[in-house]
Amino acid sequence: MTTADLLGKILQVVMGLAIFAAVVGLLIFFIDRAPKKGRDYWQLAGFLLPALLFISIGLIYPAIRTSILAFQDSSGAWSFDNFVWMFTQPTAIRTLINTVIWVLLVPTFATAVGLAYAVFIDRSRGERIYKAVLFMPIAISFVGAGVIWKFVYEYRSGDREQIGLLNAIVVAFGGEPVQWLQTDPINTVLLIVVMIWVQTGFAMVVLSAAIKGIPTEQIEAAQLDGTNAWQRFMNVTVPGIRGALVVVLTTISIATLKVFDIVRTMTAGNFNTSIVANEMYTQAFRASEVGRGSALALVLFILVLPIVLYNVNILRKQREIR
Amino acid sequence: MSSVAPADLPVGKDLGSLEAAEASERAEQEQPKTARVKKRLTSRTATIASLIIAVLWTIPTFGLFISSFRPAELIRTTGWWTIFSNWGLTLDNYRDVLFSTSASSPQLGAYIVNSVAIALVATIIPLVFASMAAYAFAWIRFKGVNALFILVFALQIIPLQMALVPLLQIFSTVLRPMQAWLHDIIPIIPEQNYLPVWLAHSIFALPLAIFLLHNFISEIPSDVIEAARVDGATHSQIFFRIVLPLAVPAIASFAIFQFIWVWNDLLVALIFSGGTQDVAPLTQRLAELTGTRGQDWQLLTAAAFISIVIPLIVFFSLQRYFVRGLLAGSTKG
Repeated sequence: MTTADLLGKILQVVMGLAIFAAVVGLLIFFIDRAPKKGRDYWQLAGFLLPALLFISIGLIYPAIRTSILAFQDSSGAWSFDNFVWMFTQPTAIRTLINTVIWVLLVPTFATAVGLAYAVFIDRSRGERIYKAVLFMPIAISFVGAGVIWKFVYEYRSGDREQIGLLNAIVVAFGGEPVQWLQTDPINTVLLIVVMIWVQTGFAMVVLSAAIKGIPTEQIEAAQLDGTNAWQRFMNVTVPGIRGALVVVLTTISIATLKVFDIVRTMTAGNFNTSIVANEMYTQAFRASEVGRGSALALVLFILVLPIVLYNVNILRKQREIR
Repeated sequence: MSSVAPADLPVGKDLGSLEAAEASERAEQEQPKTARVKKRLTSRTATIASLIIAVLWTIPTFGLFISSFRPAELIRTTGWWTIFSNWGLTLDNYRDVLFSTSASSPQLGAYIVNSVAIALVATIIPLVFASMAAYAFAWIRFKGVNALFILVFALQIIPLQMALVPLLQIFSTVLRPMQAWLHDIIPIIPEQNYLPVWLAHSIFALPLAIFLLHNFISEIPSDVIEAARVDGATHSQIFFRIVLPLAVPAIASFAIFQFIWVWNDLLVALIFSGGTQDVAPLTQRLAELTGTRGQDWQLLTAAAFISIVIPLIVFFSLQRYFVRGLLAGSTKG
């Protein structure tokens, strides 16, 4: 990078922000000078306009267009070819199966470990440090996490010393080193481990907050009744955090459906590890199969739709109450 | 709260994550010892189990961190856990990836500047537009406000993948000529500039940002707003002088979350940045390196750590705000 390059970049940021500030300033200027008649509506329009413009051009229109593209072939004629491909091609079917495996395993394990950990460290000394340790991966990019774990799974052939931790452990116990990321189906499981590693901290933080919200009287009453720790956990703690459990499970499920960077960085979807989000990118932007990519995106959308509708319902009820 | 937040998880109120832990620790120290022992539900087994989990979670990152300071030769031939028997520490890896100008080195400097430039502007734009929209949704009464707001809320879950192809088409027909024209006028600005990445990130951030800020802004007591209106304040005056100062906590939460989100993003960068030194962020460079230099662990470890360190600093210094923003934005994208 030369000094000129750096200057160009700084200039871009300064100019970008200056133009943006000017646009906002102009908008406010016009909002203040809205005509007397129907003033509230004019002002409202001014406040909403930029966001709605962005959203319609950048989200609503593209989503509709993608849905249409999914039902067209490369010449623009209507066809179901993309979906036929998705449900008949072995590689595409494998992608769908992998996605299902991801969605089953990641939320389950991340939530289970996060819950156990939250219960174990509850009111223990150094709780903050314990939490920070488990929560840290959340701040790390998926790409960074991919590199971290690729190093753990590293393979060395022959009698050379293993530098990857996993193979070193295998060899220490007298086993043969394995090319983890190239071996189907264990490679998908190992990628899933990375996602669990990232998401557990999130589950732990939410559930820990929920556990702290359970009235101590309930716990103490159960104690007086002579229950043991496991009974208390099953009969007091779990019912008390049901809402938080649903939040955690659905949130992690959605995040898992959309995960792309981990697969992209670690295997690029080779060796039968691809999942829908990664395959969509590969088809649409690498293989120029826009129709197939759009069909995959649509499938992704349909998969998250039930969760959205459920939450929209809850939101509607909340707004009616207000 | 996250887009899958049901009613029983209060938004904006502190989620008890860290302050509650502090408070309970303090409370425990104030109680007499016997009560404390009785209150502690953690047994020895639980302590050991949580220690094991904590160690398991730390080891991978720790291994990468140690390795990034070891000479290339040692990384290639020995495990990082043997660092004491194969002693050697060096800053060469960092020097190589940051300052080396040879064509074969990663030359991360340019990409770091890109990451900062992208994350900074792509945080400011959606924040301003979203807080304006959130104010309108919360305090300007009109027909259909609820339906419109619920539509915006639902848009959060449209996967990025749904928008990428058409948006790229729009950008290449509309923005490309503009970028070329700008480059002609100011040659110092390359033809590939930040504009598409900024816009893409801003668009994708808006639904969540509006939802989050609206939750907060609608909690402002209506007496305050009404009093200002009676005094003849215009909407823009109320917005700038009353609403924005009061919404600072929510704005901070979202800003931190969005900054880290953009900094860590790979998908948007891959599609809209063009992948050159001019625009591509660190994550994209790192992903590239794992493909092309997959065996050069001395470079990969150092590069990965450089890309991780900024979000980690933000995370550890602003943990409280970040947790709130994260809980709200966990389903984004």
